[in-house]
Amino acid sequence: MTGSATDWQPSERELARRRTRSRQHRHRVVVATVATVVVLGVLGAALVLSPGWPRVRATFLDLHHAKESLPTILDGFWLNVRMFLIAEPLILIAGLALALTRQARSAWLAPLRGLAVLYTDVVRGIPTLLLVFLFVFGMPALGLQGIPSSIFFWATVALVVSYSAYVAEVFRSGIESVHPSQLASAEALALSRGQTMRHVVVPQAVRRVVPPLLNDFVSLQKDTALVASVGLFDALFAAADYGNFNFNFTPYVVAALFFIAMTVPLARLCDVLARRLARRERAGAL
Amino acid sequence: MTSPLTPLLTPLLEVRNVRKTYPRHDEPGRRVVLDDVSLTVSPGDVVCLIGSSGSGKSTLLRCLDLLEPIDDGVIEFQGREISDPLVDPRVVRRDIGMVFQAYNLFPHLSVLDNCTLAPRKVHGLSPAAARDRAHELLGRFGLAEHVHKHPDRLSGGQQQRVALVRALCTDPALLLLDEITAALDPELVGEVLDIVRDLAAAGTTMVLATHEMSFAREVATHVCFLDGGRIVEEGPPAQVLGAPEQERTRAFLRRVLPD
Ligand SMILES: Nc1ncnc2c1ncn2[C@@H]1O[C@H](COP(=O)(O)OP(=O)(O)OP(=O)(O)O)[C@@H](O)[C@H]1O
Ligand SMILES: [Mg+2]
Repeated sequence: MTGSATDWQPSERELARRRTRSRQHRHRVVVATVATVVVLGVLGAALVLSPGWPRVRATFLDLHHAKESLPTILDGFWLNVRMFLIAEPLILIAGLALALTRQARSAWLAPLRGLAVLYTDVVRGIPTLLLVFLFVFGMPALGLQGIPSSIFFWATVALVVSYSAYVAEVFRSGIESVHPSQLASAEALALSRGQTMRHVVVPQAVRRVVPPLLNDFVSLQKDTALVASVGLFDALFAAADYGNFNFNFTPYVVAALFFIAMTVPLARLCDVLARRLARRERAGAL
Repeated sequence: MTSPLTPLLTPLLEVRNVRKTYPRHDEPGRRVVLDDVSLTVSPGDVVCLIGSSGSGKSTLLRCLDLLEPIDDGVIEFQGREISDPLVDPRVVRRDIGMVFQAYNLFPHLSVLDNCTLAPRKVHGLSPAAARDRAHELLGRFGLAEHVHKHPDRLSGGQQQRVALVRALCTDPALLLLDEITAALDPELVGEVLDIVRDLAAAGTTMVLATHEMSFAREVATHVCFLDGGRIVEEGPPAQVLGAPEQERTRAFLRRVLPD
């Protein structure tokens, strides 16, 4: 700060400190590398030297079968991706609507409020796989006119129903975390309850719940594989199909890699957003 | 009770025998926070509420803005009883501006959007008209360069000035200010009080809770000393602050005035 930037030269002491720091840094890098290599080496050795390793490699890690099964698994995976992309926006809308219904104060909405509570309680209590069965086999069985009978349709509905209950709770916690003083000043400005929600509460709530929401979506991406159990030709079904026919489990590993490739970027995005949010809240606290 | 300068005007706000209680959290029964409070505010009055912490100043202001229901008494605003449950509080609050001790700006909106939200959504102004009005007021109060920033980028004094502008943007007939300098560093208090001084000089009707005795002496047309939820003494500032009659007022002033 003091002295102009041009005539400043680092002092002898500062140069010595910098040398020490870079030595410490090199030291840490070496230790971290060695530790990682040793741990991975021990784990790898334990795996490779185990008595069943040749069998495992042949049945789970066969390059030939991986190549052979890849195209059908990729086709199947496209179904998972489509289902996810369709379900995600619907879940967001349904979840927010449920959360807002639970927060509504109007006397007219009392029955809806009760239904929203019942819905989240009941739906969250049912395993997602069970919901998939109920919708895919139950709805067409009703035999109602005009109801689609497509398995894809009802499986997507099951996922939307299940996840919207979770997402509604995430939104609700966000809404309730907005400080009452914000409501008081919106009220003092004569905003209506609906305007307060729309312009003051929900925008603040949504910002706060982005990390937990993304977390739910990572989970949803994986749960699209549940539809394999009702005979939809998704990545998991394709892998099982190939595996059973050729007596080789490598396709399962291939399918797993596909899911990892889709969820890891989303998980990293969660981390980045959560960190940025934490930084912003700390800045506000100063 | 009305200010001597405006004896013929009908009061803008008339508070009669208001009582307010809160439930006690540790024991049964309710604690009385406002007890038989009466107050008259005429157009152009600047009423200062003084009193020690917990005496009920904030509660009284919140009751006037209908943010809290009262337990007894009557509040009349612009000649109409607003303590009637059939009155829509939103209609009343359109004409009352309130500023809180902790600013309570909306953190997700820019300074400009904070100031135009209510004019656009409640008062039906066009976005352009609301923007012009906000720009004018923000400029007048030295905030022109901060118009597009978010509140967390501003100092406490700047935030409190924005909160004042936000309340003024709807052209309220009555302004309620709750210890708006209490959260500020001493060197920022002046810039906020200057604005209030200007508003008082321009004839804005205000009821304000404050700990700044010299400021109250200067701008108030009327001072009320609250103690334990009752108005113990009231009158022109020269009398209440200069020659108080009640022993409790004298004791309070001895504590807060340095000399
Ligand atoms: N929501 C509430 N529930 C219960 N008691 C309350 C509530 N709000 C205020 N009180 C009580 O009412 C009394 C008056 O509070 P109030 O905030 O009006 O005081 P004040 O005069 O504004 O004090 P300060 O100068 O510290 O702001 C206090 O004893 C407080 O504990
Ligand atoms: Mg107070």
